[in-house]
Amino acid sequence: MSPVIQGIITIIVGVGGCVGYFYFANLFLDKVLYPPRGKNAGRNINRANIIRPWVFLFPAIFALSLYLVYPVIGSFIRSMYDRAGTDFVGPGNYVRLFNNPDFRQAFLNNILWALVVPAVTTFMGLLIAQLTDRLRWGNIAKSIIFMPMAISFVGASLIWKFVYAQDPDLGIINAIRASFGGEALDPLQIPFWNNFLLMVILIWIQTGFSMVILSAALRGVPEETIEAAIIDGANPFQVFFKIKVPQIIGTIVVVWTTITILVLKVFDIVYTMTGGNYGTEILPSFMMDFMFRDDGQATAVAFVIMLVVLPVMIWNIVQARKEMR
Amino acid sequence: MDSIAGQKSGLSIVTNVAVFIIVLLWLIPTVGLFVSSFRDRDQISVSGWWEAPFSVELAYRTRGDADPTRDGDLYVIEGNIFETGEVQDTFTSGENAIAGFGLRGRDPGAFAAGDVVENRDGGTVVVNGDGAYVYTSTEPIDDRGPRLYFIAQSPPDFTMANYAEVLTGLDEDERAQEIASGATFGELLFEETGIFRNFINTLTVTIPATIIPILIAAFAAYALAWMDFPGRGFLIACVVGLLVVPLQLALVPLLNLHNQIGIGQSFLGIWLAHTGFGLPLAIYLLRNYMVGLPRDIIESAKVDGATDFQIFTKIILPLSFPALASFAIFQFLWTWNDLLVAKVFLPSTGEAQVMTVKIADDLLGSRGGDWGILATAAFVSIAIPLVVFFSMQRYLVRGLLAGSVK
Repeated sequence: MSPVIQGIITIIVGVGGCVGYFYFANLFLDKVLYPPRGKNAGRNINRANIIRPWVFLFPAIFALSLYLVYPVIGSFIRSMYDRAGTDFVGPGNYVRLFNNPDFRQAFLNNILWALVVPAVTTFMGLLIAQLTDRLRWGNIAKSIIFMPMAISFVGASLIWKFVYAQDPDLGIINAIRASFGGEALDPLQIPFWNNFLLMVILIWIQTGFSMVILSAALRGVPEETIEAAIIDGANPFQVFFKIKVPQIIGTIVVVWTTITILVLKVFDIVYTMTGGNYGTEILPSFMMDFMFRDDGQATAVAFVIMLVVLPVMIWNIVQARKEMR
Repeated sequence: MDSIAGQKSGLSIVTNVAVFIIVLLWLIPTVGLFVSSFRDRDQISVSGWWEAPFSVELAYRTRGDADPTRDGDLYVIEGNIFETGEVQDTFTSGENAIAGFGLRGRDPGAFAAGDVVENRDGGTVVVNGDGAYVYTSTEPIDDRGPRLYFIAQSPPDFTMANYAEVLTGLDEDERAQEIASGATFGELLFEETGIFRNFINTLTVTIPATIIPILIAAFAAYALAWMDFPGRGFLIACVVGLLVVPLQLALVPLLNLHNQIGIGQSFLGIWLAHTGFGLPLAIYLLRNYMVGLPRDIIESAKVDGATDFQIFTKIILPLSFPALASFAIFQFLWTWNDLLVAKVFLPSTGEAQVMTVKIADDLLGSRGGDWGILATAAFVSIAIPLVVFFSMQRYLVRGLLAGSVK
């Protein structure tokens, strides 16, 4: 069966199934199980209203438990078993990982990514948001800077492969070097600094995200505070750093953490640009080296990523709970 | 705001220039790819895309195929090199110049135009700047004529040939052969192993994976926003927590699960996976939006005797359209651009490959040096997301704001 037809059938079955489930579950609840009639009408309505939220929530809870909660536990258990999945090795996989110099390299690189990318992205986003705020063509500028958000990491990597190409007739960087008389070199093979060249790609993609959010936050800063500062003689820099930034610091933190989490998951860029060679390996791409080969090690790497993300996750939950009160 | 004192300072010129430079920096990489995808592949390798509007010096080979004449002991061929059979289609403008010529393919520009050079047949050869050549030989010259190489300015050549090749997976000769044997271009698109097939695969993955989570999430979001039940706060906290669970954790256990229950690596599996992975964001976005809807409408509907199901379908869903649209765009872009989930949950054969996998694993590996093909494939893969992005930007921005700022 052609996948296109299969897809159409899935849409019909999936959408129809969802609508049917919600509709008939409600009908069953109201008409059969607890009908709002007879001498127990009042009690039945109450009971139906107690059950109804769970009818609405059931598919979501089911899918979330199966596709996100179970894997966390499942991965942890799997990481305690050997390659074949038959022998329990306890923390053996983790010990092997930490003794593996490639893993240590990937871990350190990942920390470098998690420090540099969110910082630069947030700063650039804030800078551009402020600069474009009063420009007549600000919206066009923002659109263009926001555009890479739509481009896949693979597409973006290809775009930058052109920029970094060694041949001065292809890569604009080497072309500029050549016009100053420099030797052509492969930027992606410069030890250590090649990591930063890969980060540039993610920064290029994500700056639009931080710009959009911070730009909205800047617009939300009350004008009275800015006017008061100007009347008191503050120059534009003081207005920005001492009046505006302190008032949007909460949003800045949200942007920063969101990008940090993203950075810890992105594997496409390293995979397509260098394949993890030349000392650019990071944890997600390192995990893919083991995927389909040694599930024990692969899940152990995945769980290390989870542990790195955990503090941010807890912080997010605490924030969300605070807002609900 | 403009009326505030001190706003129109000298800074505004600096601001304009700074923003202009940033925008340029952001745009240049994509423009390079776009321009390259339309350039002739021989030209890509000899001049950068920023020189695309200018002529480039390319090497050509041809044969002196004019009829030989006798001149004493010598056989002589005379003619214009631009009009010889093998290159006459390339040079149609009539304003061409020879930069150099040669007799061996390894060094096509060994001699300057106008130099008289001895050839291997005991005679001489000369090619002038305007293309006129004279070839003499002591031996009779065979019908095909002697091999000649030359370097000439080649006019800028913008072409759709890269697209035809990438989409069908056949190069020019193979396409011509197929079409000569009766196939139409449309049939080649669907039957051959070009990226068009991967394009269809991507579409097949994306559409169900976008639509199904929206429905499930909308009901759950309504329950979490407007229904009162014990454990609601805990569930919301769970959703917030699940937002950041790294996908990498899910790969091994879920693939094993899919294999055990018989789904294996298939489209059904990837639809389910994308649905599961997209749900936390969907629920979170939709709940944040629904909570902000006016309480009065919902309460007066309840007073009028509407059930929760009716309130949801008749009031909440239509009012939540902007939030539904913004999640749909997110999920569409995310599933379209995804590489990791597709690599794990779809079989790695060509039949089921999506575009990102095709580019990352096939094209980059086997045709790493063919920049024209790479640029074109990349542009094919980002074209639809760019269209969606520019036409629906408003909803995308609104969704981002609902997700991050309150």
